[in-house]
Amino acid sequence: MPSQERFAKGPIALFECMQQIPCNPCADACPRGAITVKEINDCPSLNEELCNGCGVCMTHCPGLSIFVVDYTYGKDAALVKIPYEFSPLPEAKSVVDALNRQGQCIGTAQVIRVQTSPNKTNIIWLSVPRELAMEVRSIHVMKGETS
Amino acid sequence: MRIVNHPILTFPKQDMVTFTLNGQTIEGIAGEPIAAALHAADVKVLRHSHGRHRPRGLFCAIGNCSSCLMTVDKIPNVRVCIEPLRAGMVVETQEGKGKIV
Amino acid sequence: MITTEILIIGAGPAGLMAAIHAAEAGAKVLLVERADRLGGQLIKQTHKFFGSKAEFAGERGMDIAEKLINLSSDISGITIWKNAVVLGIYPDGVVTISHEGAFCTVSPKKIIIATGASEKTMAFPNNDLPGIYGAGAVQTLMNVHGVIPAKRILMIGAGNIGVIVAYQLLQAGVEVAGIVEAAPQVGGYRVHAAKLQRHGVPIYTSHSIQSAHGDSCLEGVTICRLDEQWQPIEGSEQYIAVDGLCLAVGLSPLTELLWQANCEMKFAAELGGYVPLRDANMKTTHENIYVAGDVSGVEEASAAMVEGKLAGLYVASVLGHKKDSFTKEFQTAKSQLSALRSGPASVKICTGLSKVVLEEVG
Repeated sequence: MPSQERFAKGPIALFECMQQIPCNPCADACPRGAITVKEINDCPSLNEELCNGCGVCMTHCPGLSIFVVDYTYGKDAALVKIPYEFSPLPEAKSVVDALNRQGQCIGTAQVIRVQTSPNKTNIIWLSVPRELAMEVRSIHVMKGETS
Repeated sequence: MRIVNHPILTFPKQDMVTFTLNGQTIEGIAGEPIAAALHAADVKVLRHSHGRHRPRGLFCAIGNCSSCLMTVDKIPNVRVCIEPLRAGMVVETQEGKGKIV
Repeated sequence: MITTEILIIGAGPAGLMAAIHAAEAGAKVLLVERADRLGGQLIKQTHKFFGSKAEFAGERGMDIAEKLINLSSDISGITIWKNAVVLGIYPDGVVTISHEGAFCTVSPKKIIIATGASEKTMAFPNNDLPGIYGAGAVQTLMNVHGVIPAKRILMIGAGNIGVIVAYQLLQAGVEVAGIVEAAPQVGGYRVHAAKLQRHGVPIYTSHSIQSAHGDSCLEGVTICRLDEQWQPIEGSEQYIAVDGLCLAVGLSPLTELLWQANCEMKFAAELGGYVPLRDANMKTTHENIYVAGDVSGVEEASAAMVEGKLAGLYVASVLGHKKDSFTKEFQTAKSQLSALRSGPASVKICTGLSKVVLEEVG
């Protein structure tokens, strides 16, 4: 987990990849060389100074286990980027249910941007209350908010 | 049911052909397995077993298991999970081992 | 009688890789596939693969299939037969095949068997009701044919196939009632399970199915909790209304041809059942028969691809087709395979392999 100081500097990738499995596309994907997977079964380790939270690794991760959190996004809000492989995609500016890791609705999130990817792992940028930035990991798109 | 929107896959609309199941007309896509067309039409009972006449359906979908045997154009024991659909096929729910004419 | 240097049976990830690498080395290959398309079960894998770049990690299985199919079609040394079912391997080395409905005989110098595996079922009352499918069957229906067989599905088994197919069901718009797993923990990769959990799919660990219910089709199932000895706990029964049930309870290697050819077989539960004894170059106890992929032990597709490459390179070299880069490529493939199998997630596979591999792998 990055330190408060690192979070204060801007967006950073968080790896929710805690099991040793043979996998390393994130390391190959990072344009800044910030991710290292020494042996293929090791969990990734991040050079927090090199990472700028661009989110390229998120689209490559087969486990969809990488998220980006930016606490510098607003005074009361934080930005959370999540990978999303469902149809339909939410509409930018729409408000969606924010889900935690157990799939429980813990509030709402505003969709800031829908970043589509050629490999179909799209990235949804969410503005969430700061205190929920470490909880929100998925969304539920309600009817009438779809593109 | 057929998938219309999918986040990863696209299923372009294709021309439908008709065939019959026990005399009733059903639509399907030419070339898809008969079992896929039947499932799209919500038909899951494909035969009745020879011993206890229990309903049987699809299990493996790739031609391994023989759970999906039906009578197609009078030929019994056709694995409909891998038999491509053609227009005008006469498909029947198979009873037991089927009748070899 | 048709002659060829190498006959490869099965055009899934292992067979395709074997064909590509054998033909690239200069061998003449006949690749036969019983289905009407190539790619085996790769074509229905809509998820991105694990592994490293060398095994196409990060790419979706179906895209890897397309890549391998295109490669195999571009190499002139490979003849491809679809709708070709191998009927028998005879003691004189002749192989009989039904190709597009016509009976043919083929006389190959070497054979690589890459027939894959089939889905297991499990015993419980009414397990034959229509609406109860192998998880892979539902994957075929929805991802290859665009048809979903049920509105609400329960998955049995939280190994990688169970968690992957459950997620793909969500993607296809099917409601997943939950995943039932007899073990106290999820067997599949934790990241796959996490994808389901954050969409609210319950995972019932230490639970099993007690019976299925329905008149002519499945209408619901009763599940129950298991104690530490994996025995049902009385009074813990729970009814779940579903019109679909997926069984993701393992695969069995499709070994009929190996038995027929008198290859020495051994039971290894960790590998899915009976598998052929073989050496580190994928050669069985039969002088001319090699194996690759799930038929030699059920494992991830990434391992099947590397095994295919190994078998293809090696068999070509035995027939005198050896590229200058052979030693390097062969060693790289071997280290790839040991790297894939070196982690804690592969302990079971390695235990199984230790029973059937005649010399140390790698």
